[in-house]
Amino acid sequence: MPFVLHKYKLLWGLAAMALAAPLAAQQSGKLEPNTMAARMAACTACHGSQGRAGPDGYYPRIAGKPADYLYNQLVYFRSGQRQYRPMQNLLEHMSDDYLRQIAEWFSGQHPPYADPSPSRLPAAVLDRGRQLVMEGDPRRGVPACVACHGASLTGVLPAVPALVGLPHDYISSQFGAWTNGLRKAIEPDCMADIARRMTPEDVSAVAGWLSSQPVRSATPSSGLPAPPPMECGSQMRVEVRQ
Amino acid sequence: MNKRAFLAGLALAVAAGIGTLFWLGHREHDVAPVSSIVRPDESIQLVERGRYLARLGNCMGCHTEPGGAPYAGGRALPTPFGTFYGPNLTPDPEHGLGRWSAEDFWRALHHGKAPDGRLLYPAFPYPSYRYVSREDADALYAYLRSLPAVAKPDRDHDLAFPYDQRWLVAVWRAFYFRPTEREAAVAGQSEEWLRGRYLVEGLAHCAECHTPRNRLGAMVPEAGLAGSLIGGQSWYAPPLTGDRKTGLGEWTRQDIVDLLKTGISRHSHAAGPMAEAVHQGFQYASDADLDAMAAYLKSLPAAGTDTAALSAAAPASLMELGGKLYEQHCAQCHGADGKGQPPAWPPLAGNLSVVAVAPDNAIHMVLSGGFAPSTAGNPQPHGMPPFAQALGDQDVAAVVTYIRQSWGNQASAVSLPEVRRVREAVR
Repeated sequence: MPFVLHKYKLLWGLAAMALAAPLAAQQSGKLEPNTMAARMAACTACHGSQGRAGPDGYYPRIAGKPADYLYNQLVYFRSGQRQYRPMQNLLEHMSDDYLRQIAEWFSGQHPPYADPSPSRLPAAVLDRGRQLVMEGDPRRGVPACVACHGASLTGVLPAVPALVGLPHDYISSQFGAWTNGLRKAIEPDCMADIARRMTPEDVSAVAGWLSSQPVRSATPSSGLPAPPPMECGSQMRVEVRQ
Repeated sequence: MNKRAFLAGLALAVAAGIGTLFWLGHREHDVAPVSSIVRPDESIQLVERGRYLARLGNCMGCHTEPGGAPYAGGRALPTPFGTFYGPNLTPDPEHGLGRWSAEDFWRALHHGKAPDGRLLYPAFPYPSYRYVSREDADALYAYLRSLPAVAKPDRDHDLAFPYDQRWLVAVWRAFYFRPTEREAAVAGQSEEWLRGRYLVEGLAHCAECHTPRNRLGAMVPEAGLAGSLIGGQSWYAPPLTGDRKTGLGEWTRQDIVDLLKTGISRHSHAAGPMAEAVHQGFQYASDADLDAMAAYLKSLPAAGTDTAALSAAAPASLMELGGKLYEQHCAQCHGADGKGQPPAWPPLAGNLSVVAVAPDNAIHMVLSGGFAPSTAGNPQPHGMPPFAQALGDQDVAAVVTYIRQSWGNQASAVSLPEVRRVREAVR
């Protein structure tokens, strides 16, 4: 029988191939059935043991991120609001309860951070990146990253993720996904709005500076000193749920 | 003069042929229509009954898109003829079933016709739903009427020519659809067996995936539930017949109930479309209904699929590469002996998805990985990692060949085109 191939399926395949460097399933030690570490073998194959990040410079660290952030992303992947076929395949038939347990388990993992790889970008570009992270770009309406993600960029409870400890390619591809609608959150989708206000050069500068910062501890802050500069639907949903 | 008479005769014959096709394609059986007989005091029970039945039949499977409003339509159903999009079933008057009567709904399920007489594509499985009783149809209707209306327009099907010509459905029906009120009477079968057959052949529409189809997508009824590739999806629905190796011959009734209720059994896990059927449907069914379905399935004789799946040994070099990869990537969970550690990790020795005549399911699992559905009976399933990026086509062919020909499994070796076909579909 002929198989029908969607245009977007093909595009997705190509995108996934381009983004995903070969990975090696690396598990530490023997898995014991009926433990969360064993259940999550499908996740840690790419995201690294305990979710510490993949070895290939793309798959992000999920360990230690706020549980509400991880839960939101799992729900978005399952519904296709955040489009990435391999994640959607895995999550298709999962209950909300299990997604929450998965989010909480990874949130509770604190494996050590690898040393960041030094950025190959020129110093002037990295300086621009640092400036955007710390001060934003008021002319374009881009707020500083630290205004929401915390002064140490280690995330803020309950649902703002850390920005340090992530690979350059992962960060820059998220801006691409927000810009072209492949990563959506509940409206108002603050990160999509911010991404559309930034130039490709700025995205690269921010990704370069963030990914080259060393991380010693990434415990999320418990709150922000001042109200956040923008409204974000995914944060409000968490507040409503609590 | 003769020529004229000949042409006139020919035209008449063609017209008669078209007329016959039209009649065959549109006929309804001549039993007097039963009208809805619902008393108001029954309506709440009826809605609950309908909710139960809608789940059992997994109506959401086609009529709810991921993340979308329940029953508001939009889910894509890829088929060899193009992609169908399930329509909106909520009571919205403009875009849903708001203007449909119970009679209209029954006619759609039973005769495959819209209220205006338009013939429905059999992607809507009315060749199975024709067996759904009027009482159950009314309950489903009552339940759908109780949902919040969602003003979401239906998405047009995206079909290749000539399948996009809806009038051709009449021709298809003339050949392949017989309106029937109920299944053939049988003597000496228990109430339980009859209930099981009613669910399996009707609302649960098992045959739509598990019965082989011909080139025009019509099920081949005499083949029974002998297993079939699901066109357009790169999944294989295994035989539900009594065949010992490739079917349910070695499964007990309880094994079948376990799989339907929890998504896992000691033999194998539900994956792909079956994982969805369990997750959205069967896990909510009563034990009595699941047991009845199992009783009916266990009564089906072997269909000869064991012999059909038996294959010659693969080249030693392929088995050697496969064995090495298995040791490296698979043995930790599935064991060097292929016995797995059920219920966490399923066995591969004797697993229906592994020994099937088509290797699609095993290839699919290796490429995409996946979790058994999370259900009340198995709330925290174990996950299988995806290997689409770690293993190339040759490696996938080798490792799947290895599991299909080890520990007593004797299914065919896997070719590169078979791996590529599945890889295309999972992208």
